[in-house]
Amino acid sequence: MTATATPRPEVGTARLRKEDAHLITGRSRFTDNMVLPGMLHLAMVRSPFAHAKITAIDVSAAQASPGVMAVLTGADVAAEQGSLPNAWPVTPDQKAPSHPSIAVEEVAFAGEIVAVVIARSVAAARDAVELVDVDYDELPVVMDLEEAATDKVLAHTSLESNKSATWVFDSAEAGTGTAIAEALANSDVVVERTLYQQRLIPAFMEPRSTVVDPTGEQITMWSATQIPHILRLMLALTLGIPESKVRVIAPDVGGGFGGKLQVTPEEVITLLAARRMGKPCKFTETRSESLQVAHHGRAQVQRLKIGATKDGIVTGLHVDLLADMGAYLGLITSGIPVLGAFMYNSIYKFPAYHFECHNIFTNKAWTDAYRGAGRPEATFAIERMMDELAGELGMDPLELREKNWIKHTEFPFTTVAGLEYDTGNYEAATEKALGLFGYDELRAEQQRRRESGATVQLGIGISTFTEMCGLAPSRVLGALNYAAGGWEHAQVRVLPTGNVEVVTGSSAHGQGHETAWSQLVADRLGVPFENVEVLHGDTQVSQRGLDTYGSRSLTVGGMAVLAAADKVIEKAKTIAAHMMEASEQDLEFANGSFTVRGTETSTSFGEIAFAAFSAHNLPDGMEPNLDSEATFDPANFSYPHGTHLAAMEVDTETGQVTVLKYVCVDDIGVVVNPMIVEGQVHGGLAQGIAQALYEEAVYDDAGTLVSGSFVDYLVPGAPDLPHYITARTETPATSNQLGAKGVGEAGTIASTPAIVNGVLDAIRHLGVKDIKMPCTPSRVWHALQEAKTTGGVQ
Amino acid sequence: MIPSAFDYAAPTTVAEALSLLADAESAGDDVKVLAGGQSLIPVMKLRLADPSMVVDLGRIPSLSGITDDGGSLTIGAMTPHHTVATDPLIAAFVPLLAQTAATVADPQVRHRGTIGGALVHADPAGDMPAAALALEAVFNLSGAGGNRSVNSADFFQGYFTTAVQEGEILTSITVPKYTGWGSHYEKFTRVSQQWSIVAVAALVRVEGGVIAQARLGLTNMASTPLRASSTESALAGCALEVGAIAAACANAADGTEPASDLNGDAAYRRHLATVLAKRAVLAAVGLSEERG
Ligand SMILES: Cc1cc2nc3c(=O)[nH]c(=O)nc-3n(C[C@H](O)[C@H](O)[C@H](O)COP(=O)(O)OP(=O)(O)OC[C@H]3O[C@@H](n4cnc5c(N)ncnc54)[C@H](O)[C@@H]3O)c2cc1C
Repeated sequence: MTATATPRPEVGTARLRKEDAHLITGRSRFTDNMVLPGMLHLAMVRSPFAHAKITAIDVSAAQASPGVMAVLTGADVAAEQGSLPNAWPVTPDQKAPSHPSIAVEEVAFAGEIVAVVIARSVAAARDAVELVDVDYDELPVVMDLEEAATDKVLAHTSLESNKSATWVFDSAEAGTGTAIAEALANSDVVVERTLYQQRLIPAFMEPRSTVVDPTGEQITMWSATQIPHILRLMLALTLGIPESKVRVIAPDVGGGFGGKLQVTPEEVITLLAARRMGKPCKFTETRSESLQVAHHGRAQVQRLKIGATKDGIVTGLHVDLLADMGAYLGLITSGIPVLGAFMYNSIYKFPAYHFECHNIFTNKAWTDAYRGAGRPEATFAIERMMDELAGELGMDPLELREKNWIKHTEFPFTTVAGLEYDTGNYEAATEKALGLFGYDELRAEQQRRRESGATVQLGIGISTFTEMCGLAPSRVLGALNYAAGGWEHAQVRVLPTGNVEVVTGSSAHGQGHETAWSQLVADRLGVPFENVEVLHGDTQVSQRGLDTYGSRSLTVGGMAVLAAADKVIEKAKTIAAHMMEASEQDLEFANGSFTVRGTETSTSFGEIAFAAFSAHNLPDGMEPNLDSEATFDPANFSYPHGTHLAAMEVDTETGQVTVLKYVCVDDIGVVVNPMIVEGQVHGGLAQGIAQALYEEAVYDDAGTLVSGSFVDYLVPGAPDLPHYITARTETPATSNQLGAKGVGEAGTIASTPAIVNGVLDAIRHLGVKDIKMPCTPSRVWHALQEAKTTGGVQ
Repeated sequence: MIPSAFDYAAPTTVAEALSLLADAESAGDDVKVLAGGQSLIPVMKLRLADPSMVVDLGRIPSLSGITDDGGSLTIGAMTPHHTVATDPLIAAFVPLLAQTAATVADPQVRHRGTIGGALVHADPAGDMPAAALALEAVFNLSGAGGNRSVNSADFFQGYFTTAVQEGEILTSITVPKYTGWGSHYEKFTRVSQQWSIVAVAALVRVEGGVIAQARLGLTNMASTPLRASSTESALAGCALEVGAIAAACANAADGTEPASDLNGDAAYRRHLATVLAKRAVLAAVGLSEERG
């Protein structure tokens, strides 16, 4: 055996993604591409009203329409459809209406399904939808969150109040800090603001689609989902089918952003229809349906109070939220604001903290996880408040942050919200960002424009952030009353040829796990990157898993992969020692070979794999084959952080905001593939900037979604976004062996407040104190007019 | 996103198209003419329109292309936006039209969508109508009863409504050559590929160091495109100075009735019209203002 040079480590290499070849050459397999023999097609009949009693449904004309096989109403499936699951009852007394997939008596938002047409073609199904005659008695609707909180109009006739739950965290009660009332009373300044998190639509690229094949021993569901494993469990629980009789496959999935972290009525209905008809059924939503009913995100009113000494040391933060659940509780709807609760104190050392959220029902599509899930809301609130406080104190907003943040020498640090931040270096990230940004020069230019009264003013937006990701230590989830754990599972199987199959419970839908996991395993086992195959997204292939969301895949799923690889190495070592008649202690493992220390005698992974497979000569009692599995349950969250700086022009004549420069320095710990990380950051920034400037789900007073198409729900495109300047610092996490922290949400979380802070910074001197998101030209212009008439100009 | 079933015909001559329309109408069919389909197909897929018969003009060669008539250009109704935006004759004699067409949507839509479709569809937020109005284009129509021409001032009649009658088609528009005029289309949007929130088409002729004549078309300031007549009069004789031009444009919203929607309320649109009129006129005469 000749010694080879140590190959370049895979981890840290910007490899092109192996999954892209089939995606960009159209050899993709999205759910809607599935065609099965005899397959029937579904179309949904949806309520045009936001709140109504269903008094009668006449399906006879639809049933007689050409190609129609059946029309099912809520009454037809009432006995079997169960109630869609909510896996996160945040309090023991949480209230929720029952949530049938097809409404039976009452609809509570526009778009709710009242019947399903099953036909031989999509066109026939769609035609027959028009023929289903539903009589409704309209009921009063409650659309506004603050109004809903007063209970004057009820979103459901079955509930006595719109309030689902109130969840409270108090630092004095938890023993993590002092009492908030006292802290605020003893402050030199208290700034009080109400901020609005508009409702957003995840707007993933591939609309949701489900195919169910009921033939055979098991029911097989293909679905455009982020969560095949959770979906299987929930279908079993909801419909009373043994879990072992359901197989869920998530084939190629075109994005999710939390929007496909759901158990949907459409999935349940497709299963029920297929079972009833005894034939495969498919449902693919239209873009209009996707915007209308795929769960929405954000939608909070944030009532905030922050206290400080006159030299800028924060004394306490009080957060009182109204969180819009929409009409129902989805899978983790109720837990979204609770996920945010631990992040309002962000990177700061606040002595006192009180958080309470009131989960409220309205007659809108239900909300649930959307990229960041609770944490962007929290970061937005605190970063806006730090700027407001800086304004009040006449202090540079960056200086105020520095005064209050946790210094790198102070880690590990237990926060006022009770989390233990393992590592971080806010000083380093900020210094690097400032260097790339040219902070002082931009401030000077801003001053010049202010003094000259220029039409186009300059604003500088700052956002420092951290998030808890790597969801999640199972015990913590248990303490928060979440129904499941937060571990992840993996298998490593070395095939007789030495090729390696990695089976992961993570369920990639655009993230690039096939590539990243291959890099991890190639390094660990010393096999070529190309020889590693990653399998996922099918409950029959990857039997255990908790899927992909919350920037958890690398920090939890990746660690399970590494642990499984380590077990393989252990077993391989025993076989190698046996094969070379050496003692295990004398073996060295490098570049895929075991070598007897100090000799030329070695054996390669491939040879060991074949020996394990043939099993002709294994140590006594050893099981054949070189396989392993491992489950990783993290001991702590991971805490990526970063400093984002944005410079933007605000045209005071038109209100138009143009982002000129965007610098972000993220610390996400150790990086496996810098190119994938860059992609995550860019996409995240785009989504966060979109919240600040462009996107909003708007309903009219009657409960109709006005922003129901991409003409009105404004998703920005590449020409609308700045050229990003991205960089990183690297402070490894200690909660996992790789030191990785997670990057899926970073850009989205940090960028929204950076932009809004910048917009306000540009025109604060003209008397503008707040602008609701999205900061549209019209809103900016109106804010300027109002400031003029109220004499806000200084 | 599947339209209701419909019959489809693709005639190869205007005469054939007109007889198909006439036949369909006498049979009581709800018939629609299909040009580039960029407005009609989406509304059919959303089932906001469900014609029983669609007559596709796409196979009639005589309906597309640009001809030089001497003092004017005639542009076939089926000429795609992309051609209008890049044609050398249009660039030389009616650059306003080319510049406006280039602001419509994205390359895909510009290759399918047609100038005739955009004008007959007459979306209040559509860009081509205001340009055609400012350019004082003449609309050439053919119907069972023969051909007729309609002036731009009479063509746009209301919300999505034009002078084109049932059974008629727009075959072309004729646009005077604007030699010696400066022009500019100032379109305001929130994202790059969006319908106009407000836009202003400006044509300006300078003589002896002052503005001699101006024509301004407003997009999305009412249910139809409008001329900004107060500003047009105020600009006549106006000095080539930023201040004077801005003052003349302060009336640009006179007589408008803009809608309120998610992109802005009527007050904002009125204000925008004045700002965009100023910017359009300044650009048309080659002046720039200090803004940063
Ligand atoms: C994504 C997208 C973005 C867009 N953005 C813009 C934009 O920014 N600005 C803008 O101005 N437009 C925009 N449009 C619309 C585009 O300009 C369309 O091309 C135009 O509105 C219609 O032209 P068409 O040829 O596609 O007509 P069609 O859709 O085929 O027809 C439109 C209507 O006109 C009638 N019609 C068409 N031609 C004739 C004719 N010769 N005689 C009689 N009737 C006729 C049809 O019956 C139909 O009622 C956009 C469209 C899309 C899809």
